[in-house]
Amino acid sequence: MSLAVENLAVHLGARALLADMSFRLENGATLGIVGESGSGKSLLALAIIGLLPEGMQAQGRVLLDGEDLLALPESALCHRRGARIGMIFQEPATALNPAMRIGEQIAEGLIWHRRIDAAAARAESLRLLDHVRMPDAQRRFAFYPHELSGGQRQRVGIAIALAPEPELLIADEPTTALDVTVESEILDLLAELVAEARMSLILISHDLGIIAGMTERCLVMYAGTRFEEGPKERILRKPLNPYTLGLLAALPERAPATGERRARRLAGIPGNVPSAGRLPPGCRFADRCAMAIAACRPVEPAWRALEPGHGVRCIRAETLL
Amino acid sequence: MSAPVLEVRNLTRHFRGRGSAPALKAVDGVTFQIEEGSTLGVVGESGSGKTTLARLIMALDRPTAGEVIFAGHDLFAQPAAELARLRRGFQMVFQDPYGSLDPRMSVGRIIAEPLHLEPAAPRGAARRARVAEVLAEVGLAPGDAGRRPHQFSGGQRQRIAIARALISRPQLVIADEPVSALDLSVQAQVLNLLMDLRDRERLAFLFISHNLAVVEFLADRIAVMYRGRFVETGPAEEIFRHPMHPYTRLLLESEPRLEKGKRRARPAPMREDRAGDWTHACAFAPRCPHATMDCTARTPVPTALAAGHDVTCHYAGEI
Repeated sequence: MSLAVENLAVHLGARALLADMSFRLENGATLGIVGESGSGKSLLALAIIGLLPEGMQAQGRVLLDGEDLLALPESALCHRRGARIGMIFQEPATALNPAMRIGEQIAEGLIWHRRIDAAAARAESLRLLDHVRMPDAQRRFAFYPHELSGGQRQRVGIAIALAPEPELLIADEPTTALDVTVESEILDLLAELVAEARMSLILISHDLGIIAGMTERCLVMYAGTRFEEGPKERILRKPLNPYTLGLLAALPERAPATGERRARRLAGIPGNVPSAGRLPPGCRFADRCAMAIAACRPVEPAWRALEPGHGVRCIRAETLL
Repeated sequence: MSAPVLEVRNLTRHFRGRGSAPALKAVDGVTFQIEEGSTLGVVGESGSGKTTLARLIMALDRPTAGEVIFAGHDLFAQPAAELARLRRGFQMVFQDPYGSLDPRMSVGRIIAEPLHLEPAAPRGAARRARVAEVLAEVGLAPGDAGRRPHQFSGGQRQRIAIARALISRPQLVIADEPVSALDLSVQAQVLNLLMDLRDRERLAFLFISHNLAVVEFLADRIAVMYRGRFVETGPAEEIFRHPMHPYTRLLLESEPRLEKGKRRARPAPMREDRAGDWTHACAFAPRCPHATMDCTARTPVPTALAAGHDVTCHYAGEI
């Protein structure tokens, strides 16, 4: 499997919600997409799997092994989507059908995508529940979603996404609704399943700490477009975009062992993320950027590769080299 | 050390179970105090009783047992008029900056509301001056008083909520997940603001959050809450560097952090938390890797292992 997103844009009427998105994901690779609310990261996921809300239009190309998903008719896309790309959503309580037993919800996808009969699907969904380490899977098979804890519901969500044995898994904030100890268990499970099945993974999160622990590459989004993409270590240690730098500085970090606790302040980024209708001219981040100069305002900076495998949207990136 | 602003003694709140179900011990014998100008951070997961604790201290709910003593006054032994007078001294900032501000009211009216607690509430120009003063303190403009909440972003709304909490010049502010709904870049602005207020006004804070890093940033002391009890309390540095309770250790291990690098699956996965496990003497026993028969039979009590560092675990010194 290889995924190539090329010049992807999403419009709602005349308004561009997502612009100039391009990246590649090779077989078995892992990519973390990080951004604040309104950065367009969830929209990007929905555009890739062809589940954009009514009225939104995607342009550009989403190539899965060379086949453009955006050009496929809905019927064909429906099959690619479930069979080759699995998706895990943020809120397992709303992603699951409240009126259907969880075992049946897992079996439903199996019958559709793998064309197996009900009895085989039942056995397979039980195996999947076990595989995602649902405690007491045999008994919980017949449970409704409300009878499960948040962590258990997300395990069901993962089982449903994995049922058709997808080659690419997209997880959109899969642990945001969970407590930290449960989050850790779900992330451990995801990491293990992805490695074991040699699946490719796109993990979307607002939490830099999660991305740090889970993926090889990292894509930083801001106000509807990409700002920086490269190897995770590079992005999180020595970023080349002032926005990425600002995010890292805004993170409350553990004080050094000898540090004077009261002295440190966080270097927050002033202002707010602009909404899609109110983007400033030129660089979208210029109004909040400590490094902005006059040349940042007239035109939006183009995406450019500064090092092999490390791209950035900023005309001042060299000063951070 | 100065006299405590807040003393909480054996505070307990049980909610009756449905039918024959056992009572839910949302807050179960919590004792602590907060001195002037200092911050107690309370961390815990959902359902640990953090918000019930905040509501009890705010006297928005009555305890099943125990006392809340604010500046020397037992809140639940006061006549209504006296409680209203005392309320000026302790104010609250809520999590949701969208739900906690009345959309039909102007920002000025929202912020001025606690002034009604004063016997001679300022009016007209005096009131406007007070509002302008707190708006400036939280980094907003005096002109913002005439606007409505929907015209502000999430971070600005939380500043409005903080201004409302400050206008009666309280000694104690209870903040329940005040930055959880905010984006990272905006969260930092609000945390800096709270830190400035603490240092400049000598405000005492009870700061509640599920986010360990955020709590560590602001708190002098930390209380780790699990199933209605404080399982570990101590100076912030102590708790984060030398956690003693198995649950505190689990929390710290679970927390995703930049410097931790690639995830390693833990050798023995913890058992899932289940609502039915209330019967154990130690509420954490069902999930605890160190639990013995003793933990299901004998309830642990807070024990001082170092100066000001209490751990509620039979084996805290040994593990």
